Amino acid sequence: MSTNEGSGLSRRGFLAISSATLGGVMLAPGVRLIEVASARAPEQAASKQVRWGLLIETDKCATGCDDCVKACATENGIKDTGRPRTDAQWIRKVELKDRRSGRTHSVPVMCQHCEHPPCVDVCPTGASFKRADGIVLVDRHTCIGCRYCMMACPYKARSIVFDDVTDQNPDVPRGKGCAEGCTLCVHRIDRDRQPACVEACTKAGHNAMIFGDLNNPQSEIAQRVAKFGTSKIRADLKLNPAVRYQGL
Amino acid sequence: MAASIVYRELSGTDRRFWGLMAWLAVPLALGAAAFFYVEHYGHIVTGMDNQIVWGLPHVFAVFLIVAAIGALNVAMAASVFGKAVYEPIAPLSALVSMALLVGGLALLMLDLARVDRMVVAMTHLNTSSIFALRVVLYNGFLASVAIYFWFLLERRMNRYAKAAAIVAFFWQLLLATGTGLMFGAMVARAAYDSPLLVPVIIVLSATYGTAVFILVLLAACRWDGRPIAEDLLRRLKNLLAISVGASLYGAALFYFSKFYVARSHDVGQFLLFDGGVYTVLLWLGQVLVGGVAPLALLMRSQISRGAIAAACALVVLGGLAQVYVIVIGGQAYPQILFPGMVESSSFFDGEIHPYTPSVAELLFGLGGVGLAAAIIAAVLRALALLPERLDQTLSPQP
Repeated sequence: MSTNEGSGLSRRGFLAISSATLGGVMLAPGVRLIEVASARAPEQAASKQVRWGLLIETDKCATGCDDCVKACATENGIKDTGRPRTDAQWIRKVELKDRRSGRTHSVPVMCQHCEHPPCVDVCPTGASFKRADGIVLVDRHTCIGCRYCMMACPYKARSIVFDDVTDQNPDVPRGKGCAEGCTLCVHRIDRDRQPACVEACTKAGHNAMIFGDLNNPQSEIAQRVAKFGTSKIRADLKLNPAVRYQGL
Repeated sequence: MAASIVYRELSGTDRRFWGLMAWLAVPLALGAAAFFYVEHYGHIVTGMDNQIVWGLPHVFAVFLIVAAIGALNVAMAASVFGKAVYEPIAPLSALVSMALLVGGLALLMLDLARVDRMVVAMTHLNTSSIFALRVVLYNGFLASVAIYFWFLLERRMNRYAKAAAIVAFFWQLLLATGTGLMFGAMVARAAYDSPLLVPVIIVLSATYGTAVFILVLLAACRWDGRPIAEDLLRRLKNLLAISVGASLYGAALFYFSKFYVARSHDVGQFLLFDGGVYTVLLWLGQVLVGGVAPLALLMRSQISRGAIAAACALVVLGGLAQVYVIVIGGQAYPQILFPGMVESSSFFDGEIHPYTPSVAELLFGLGGVGLAAAIIAAVLRALALLPERLDQTLSPQP
């Protein structure tokens, strides 16, 4: 009997395993639901308590690497037509060389999601707008293609679509004749995901881009911005961009 | 007792008039064809790209709008500042101003990359945008000049003409300021970013507007042989000469302030010395053709009508060159994101951006000019706006 007890499953053991399995099966979707529920519900407005931003660690960003650019193009359906002057570029790698020291940097530049965006100020129809959480977007339904935002943006971050757009990502509507720029992958942020560029940079092991809430003191980005000297492009304009650069 | 001024429509046979309109229909038709071509294929068929976003149509539009503001000066001198010598030609001044503005606005609106959404442009107005504000300023300017124009023509309303003129005068100042600020407040581009552009636009408007007005006046009087008093011509050519001189001074102040101030030195160096076609257009087009040469003609004490017309034409050509340098040259110079660094990227950071206007853009721009000219010709034929003689010392028609 003792051998039977040793090799077989006791009633108590069976009940314990059964309970654990049942509990797991029942709780797992709940845990998953909780995870999904932490993203903003569609009917819930973006909060101004949040200020989404990016930190670029320039020392980790390698010359010649364009993983972030490729990821952006794939995510947002931006195609290379072979005509670079009329192609849209939401993010680009800018190669820099200090005129005096000769030191080089390679940095991604995209819409800087300014606190005081000139594109929003000048847009005649209000198509350029800033969401409560600081993301600067273009309403493709009211953009009239005047290109004033492109004239006014100090970061050369806006493009106009010159070609017909096909095979669009349903999350990222684009339109010929409309101005556009980096949306910070707002469609991913609203589902609690990171922007495609950041995800690609992290996945490749570069870790040169950090995304997060600048207003949350507990977030990694806020702590790094507080701890290290970071710079803003064209800080003289006092636009307070949400994209910061460390190591420039 | 001084005789009354008799105003007359453009005379001549219908055949001759419609011949003129047929000529003016050529640039209009070509402009319309160019518009539909660009509208159909998109701006990909123009010389514009994601670096040079405002092209030749904007050059024509800005020139026409700036000229429209200044073309009203003669009317304002008559009705606001009491210069009686200009009173007989005040209605023409108002007409030229409105026609130029309509031509310029048509170009501006039809050059939208989503021209199908023009209704959106009219129904969604961002009040913090100078660009949007200008839409209000344009319409207000058109309305105020139209009311003033009506009060001039309608005898019963003549007594209110001065009040209407004062409103139009302030609106003129507002529109010139708004147009200057549109570029001057653009901190993103080193070539603009200067409040000096506001007074510069005001003097440029006086120059372009007066030149176009004199050309129209001379052409209209030549059409049916209306005599013009030498005194009136002398005053007009002096007005133009003063405006040209002021424009040269304003341009010198603007460019040399860019060159002198450290933060904008590089763009000043580019436009004044190293900018290739822009430098050539600045010195040869704007300064020599549009400034020194007409001044040399206008400063002579004895000057024929032909020479005055030539001076006006030179001012117009120089003005177009100047607006080209401001609008296109200002975009050709790269936006410097990282001062002190050499920049390069797949998006042409740190490079001088090339621009070659397409034939469609040129025809489209000329279409705007044709529209303004056709409006002036048609209204002059339909309404008695111009005295049949401009060589008498007369009291205006009661």
